[in-house]
Amino acid sequence: MNTDQPVSLLAIFLVFLKLGAFSFGGGMTGWVYREVVQQRGWIGETEFLSGLALSQIVPGANVANLTIYVGQRLRGTPGALVALSALLLVPFFIAIGMYTAYTTIAGLDLVTIGTDGLAAAAIGLLLLMSWRTGRQSVRSLRSFLTLAATFVAVGILHWSLLTAILCIAPLSIAAAWPRKKSDAG
Amino acid sequence: MQDDPLLKLVMVFAPFSLAAVGGVLSILAGVQHQTVDVQGWMTGREFIELFAISRGVPGPGIMLITLIGWKVAGWLGALVATLSLYLPSAFLMLAITKVWNRYRGRAWHSAIQNGLAPIGTGLIMAGILSLFRLADAGPLSWGVAIGSALVLGFWPTVHPLFLLVSGAAIFIGFHFASI
Repeated sequence: MNTDQPVSLLAIFLVFLKLGAFSFGGGMTGWVYREVVQQRGWIGETEFLSGLALSQIVPGANVANLTIYVGQRLRGTPGALVALSALLLVPFFIAIGMYTAYTTIAGLDLVTIGTDGLAAAAIGLLLLMSWRTGRQSVRSLRSFLTLAATFVAVGILHWSLLTAILCIAPLSIAAAWPRKKSDAG
Repeated sequence: MQDDPLLKLVMVFAPFSLAAVGGVLSILAGVQHQTVDVQGWMTGREFIELFAISRGVPGPGIMLITLIGWKVAGWLGALVATLSLYLPSAFLMLAITKVWNRYRGRAWHSAIQNGLAPIGTGLIMAGILSLFRLADAGPLSWGVAIGSALVLGFWPTVHPLFLLVSGAAIFIGFHFASI
């Protein structure tokens, strides 16, 4: 099942090593999307987006969960574990390095300012991703309403993620459920 | 402390792993309470300091936990704390994904996937809003974000790293310009 498109563990490791090293400010999903869906075509867009929703329902860091989802999909349990370790490897050493440097090197606030800029640029990738996937969604009324409801509930009304997903997902899934008459699926 | 500090780290952080619903930032207050008030590993000031440092560190969540582990028990502490926070939720996610992918291709599976996908997009859009709120971002952040989206949109082969480094350079440049 998972072997129709075998991706090497090394390739998975390298991609997530890179993603982990530059994931500032929580906005890296856009880059994951670019690497995994757009550039490599490892998984499809719908698969990626539904995995994204799934990784927000399950407890834990969202990007870490998404990483496990992609890794598992590509190469099963080894793929998931390799991807997660790669994601954490560089941040682990940078965190300790920063801590040791903190007491000796002045100008740490400059680093913070720099990473704020990095995080802002990363949001640009997210903006582009939501533009692309949003355009897809607008093609069907169901997708558009689901998207809009999710955005309003979480982004504007500040519902908790879990509440929002648990309220909206059943309706959206029910609307997408294959009917006997239609050939969709 | 008489107990093994490594064991303590596991017992404190592993439950947080499964409590972090909707992202790791949701457990921040709890981690602070445990680290400072309950375990007495550091003062409140030290905790804020570690948090500030961890903001400059890349990573999928709060690498603050790694630093707390490091402070409590060195390298091994850092490793144990990091694994305690990430592994339990990782195995839960792995189990769910495994079951999920086993049924790929079935009609109901596609329906769920099609139902969840626009939620993913909606969450990303809401996330963009909240990221800006968190970072109490000004027009500079919006400018850099929109700028990098436009550059990438019109010039798809540009390396994202180039955008990230440019963003950092622009922020630092503005910092000096405004002194």
